[in-house]
Amino acid sequence: MTQAPLLRRITDYANRADPYPLYEELRRTPVLQEEEGGPYAVSSYYDILGLLHDPRISSDAAHLTAPDDDELSEPEATGLPPSFLRLDPPEHDRLRRIANRSFGPPHRPHRIDSLRGELARIVTGLIDGFGDARQIDVVDQFAHPFPVTVICRLLGVPREDEPRFRGWVDLIVAALDPETRQSGDPQFLRTAQEARMQLGMYLAELVEQRAREPRDDMLSDLVADHGPDGAMSTMEVLSTAVLLLIAGHETTVNLIANGMLTLLRHPEFLHRLREDPALSVRIVEELLRYEPPVQLLPQRTCVADIELRGITIPKGSRIWLVLAAGNRDPERFRDPDRFDPDREDLGHLGFGSGIHICFGAPLARLEAQLALTELVRRLDNPRLVEDPPPYRQNAVLRGPRHLRIAVDAVRPSEAVRF
Amino acid sequence: MPDEEYHEWLRREGRIVIVGASLAGLRAAEALRAGGFAGSLTLIGDEPHEPYDRPPLSKAVLLGKASPEHTELPRLRRTDATWRLGVAATGLDMTAKRVRLADGEEVPYDRLLIATGVRARPWPKEDEAQLDGVFVLRTRDDAVRLHRRLAASPRRVFVIGAGFTGSEIASACRARGLAVTVAERADGPLVGALGGVIGAVAADLHRDNGVDLRTGVTVTGLEGDATGRVRAAHLSDGSVVDTDVVVVSLGAIRNTDWLKGSGLGAGPRGIACDAGCRAFDFRGIVTDDVFVAGDVARCPHPLFGYQFLSLEHWGNAVAQAEVAAHNMISAGADRRPHLWMPAFWSSQFGVNIKSVGVPAMGEEIMITQGSLAERRFVGVYGHQGRVIAAVSFDNSRWLDFYQQQIERGAPFPVEYRTVDRRPEGRAPMPAGFPDPSLPTHGPTVTLSGYSPADRQLVFTPARH
Ligand SMILES: Cc1cc2nc3c(=O)[nH]c(=O)nc-3n(C[C@H](O)[C@H](O)[C@H](O)COP(=O)(O)OP(=O)(O)OC[C@H]3O[C@@H](n4cnc5c(N)ncnc54)[C@H](O)[C@@H]3O)c2cc1C
Ligand code: HEM
Repeated sequence: MTQAPLLRRITDYANRADPYPLYEELRRTPVLQEEEGGPYAVSSYYDILGLLHDPRISSDAAHLTAPDDDELSEPEATGLPPSFLRLDPPEHDRLRRIANRSFGPPHRPHRIDSLRGELARIVTGLIDGFGDARQIDVVDQFAHPFPVTVICRLLGVPREDEPRFRGWVDLIVAALDPETRQSGDPQFLRTAQEARMQLGMYLAELVEQRAREPRDDMLSDLVADHGPDGAMSTMEVLSTAVLLLIAGHETTVNLIANGMLTLLRHPEFLHRLREDPALSVRIVEELLRYEPPVQLLPQRTCVADIELRGITIPKGSRIWLVLAAGNRDPERFRDPDRFDPDREDLGHLGFGSGIHICFGAPLARLEAQLALTELVRRLDNPRLVEDPPPYRQNAVLRGPRHLRIAVDAVRPSEAVRF
Repeated sequence: MPDEEYHEWLRREGRIVIVGASLAGLRAAEALRAGGFAGSLTLIGDEPHEPYDRPPLSKAVLLGKASPEHTELPRLRRTDATWRLGVAATGLDMTAKRVRLADGEEVPYDRLLIATGVRARPWPKEDEAQLDGVFVLRTRDDAVRLHRRLAASPRRVFVIGAGFTGSEIASACRARGLAVTVAERADGPLVGALGGVIGAVAADLHRDNGVDLRTGVTVTGLEGDATGRVRAAHLSDGSVVDTDVVVVSLGAIRNTDWLKGSGLGAGPRGIACDAGCRAFDFRGIVTDDVFVAGDVARCPHPLFGYQFLSLEHWGNAVAQAEVAAHNMISAGADRRPHLWMPAFWSSQFGVNIKSVGVPAMGEEIMITQGSLAERRFVGVYGHQGRVIAAVSFDNSRWLDFYQQQIERGAPFPVEYRTVDRRPEGRAPMPAGFPDPSLPTHGPTVTLSGYSPADRQLVFTPARH
């Protein structure tokens, strides 16, 4: 019997619930090109970390020269310029610096921290909304709406508009999935590009409004800000806003859902977290290793030949950095398949590293810590209704589509402690 | 007693003395306990303070963003040590294994760690150095005094020497809106540490931020008024700058004077030790019970031709302290070499500067990413066809890569393409280090030759 190539098995939806044995197999060939013209998959922790800091590696869509990537690589085709996620320095650095002026230190050191109270209220409100139900879908009723509400608030996108932008976001995210790409349906890909354009146009209305009447949100800052780097062009504001809107929730939803699932599978930590909210910091870090919401980065190319483990990756090749495999590399982590927030070698590639390291990490951490702490505090005797749960299609942004749990009761919220 | 057994006894009930109760001393004490040392531990420090952190003294503290009293080093674990603070060690008897203290007491040891660091090189003319308004910056007390004076809004601050510390002080003064003049003997700031190419960028950085930068000059004298307050600085080009604060930033002197006559290989360039942090005696024979860590150490490094390196680097002090502590209580086969990759950071005028490796060994430099004009770049230094160091301005996330290139002895010049390579970065250019035989006050890495005994080396202080 011939088996499908390993990378295809990894992206195959049938293996979504537990891809980790496949990653283990992958690490046996730490630099793997299975098919002529296909990507080089890199799966060991230190190799990935090295490449994330390697100036011969590009994130720029324009460098994708592999034959099967032709029409995707046309940034113009989408109408919106690429966001800084898909750019190299110096453009990447300039846009990220400007965006950061409205998000973090040194210019806005308190933006995230000042959201604490509001985040806590959103969490409390969502859990209160479970009512007397004895069965809850953690994804639909909590892990999804929470980060969407937060990123909308942060950007200044009306929360009630989600039905308008949901369809576009789903299409854009689906296009990130190598399965979808491999199926190579140009019609689908064009639809996704159109969706990005539509989302941009929707955001353009808001941006225009904010330019006239600034509020306390990032869209207002992005159009108004004239720091040392000058302002973003309107198109740059729009692609940055699209990036933030999507990156700001499509990942966090998985972190929270994966987190609840993992805690239910390791009740010792669920109980400990209930007693000791401070443990949430370690739990979230370990989750980012053990069940990373971004499983792999499929959008890198190299601009020069790279020697890695005796293999020459020729200039122009596509490279997949398989974060989830590196996160379980025994060369880096003791007993890597064990979920252990107490581990001394805590660490992960969950947010990437180098210049593209997750922009929203401080927010993502805070959201996940709050969410898990409150869920375990308020849910009485939570149990999985099905294990494994059904997963989302996406192999890159991996997480449960639904997470149905049973509870004895939902405890009332006390005074908010955050 | 066989080696193993001795070390078992040592770990259980030996006596360890650490002289120098700052970064390296504290981290070594913690590492000893973490490594299972259960015997008696004594830390001797001549400063009256608990161990505190120095890098903020020229940054956040001078800016008024951190109080000088609140830069204590975080304690990473219990040390259960006897702390003898405010008393200096004045002598060492290696035969009797005793440290003499200023108060006459003698402290016996089975293992000694020397971590006495460096002190600021004072203004060489003593009467001028005594003038009110003349400062150095090394200790917390220095920082308190200088900060107080800056807060009183002096009309001008005059900084002698544009190494890292001098540049940071100038930066802090500008951020406070104070007028600043910086005098530097080389052609630009940081030239001793990073060479002339980078020095030119640093010079622009100073000037764009309103510093009155005078390069290629030395200070010939400081002038006081009738009440003993400094009022002007005289320069070698004949000019006179009126000022009411002078900060002398001429580099550091190793605190090895107290070891005079001890027989240890200690001199003006530090205390030589092997890669396992064991001190050499003056004959070049390694001792078994005296260890060295931090700024005061000179240690051979295989990546840099086994030359002895003296590093005034925070990270080195921590790493070396840990290795020294481990080796102090471990038998031969379990010992570890100190192979730390030199790395340094500085922040000045809003720019984050970082280096890895030993730039001063570089003959040539090429700008592999970004641009000098934008002051955002990575520069790579080459030495005999190999990558030997790299420096970044606001680009530190790439340095891990270059560190690996140094570790691998990767070829120089850098021929391959990199993201953000500009036309200016295609060819290497001379790095522009001054003649190494000339003493500079700026470098934070000093290559001090191949001989462990450097007592005959004479350091000529900068003539300003
Ligand atoms: C203003 C300033 C800014 C800096 N900024 C940076 C930076 O940005 N990045 C960086 O990498 N590094 C920086 N450094 C360097 C860094 O602080 C040092 O590398 C580090 O402090 C070295 O630690 P150490 O324990 O070896 O020596 P030290 O910190 O010098 O400690 C030695 C201690 O021993 C004491 N001592 C000396 N002689 C005796 C004796 N005979 N008896 C008892 N005690 C004695 C001293 O008083 C001192 O307390 C900076 C230093 C200064 C002063
Ligand atoms: C658990 C939640 C999250 C995870 C696991 C995650 C993961 C990642 C990863 C792995 C990258 C690197 C991509 C690459 O190198 O190509 C990244 C980049 C990015 N993330 Fe996140 N992210 C999360 C949450 C967020 C949030 C909440 C935001 C926004 C507020 C955000 C915004 C971004 C942006 C803008 C980038 C691009 C950065 C750049 O290219 O410089 N992320 N994220």
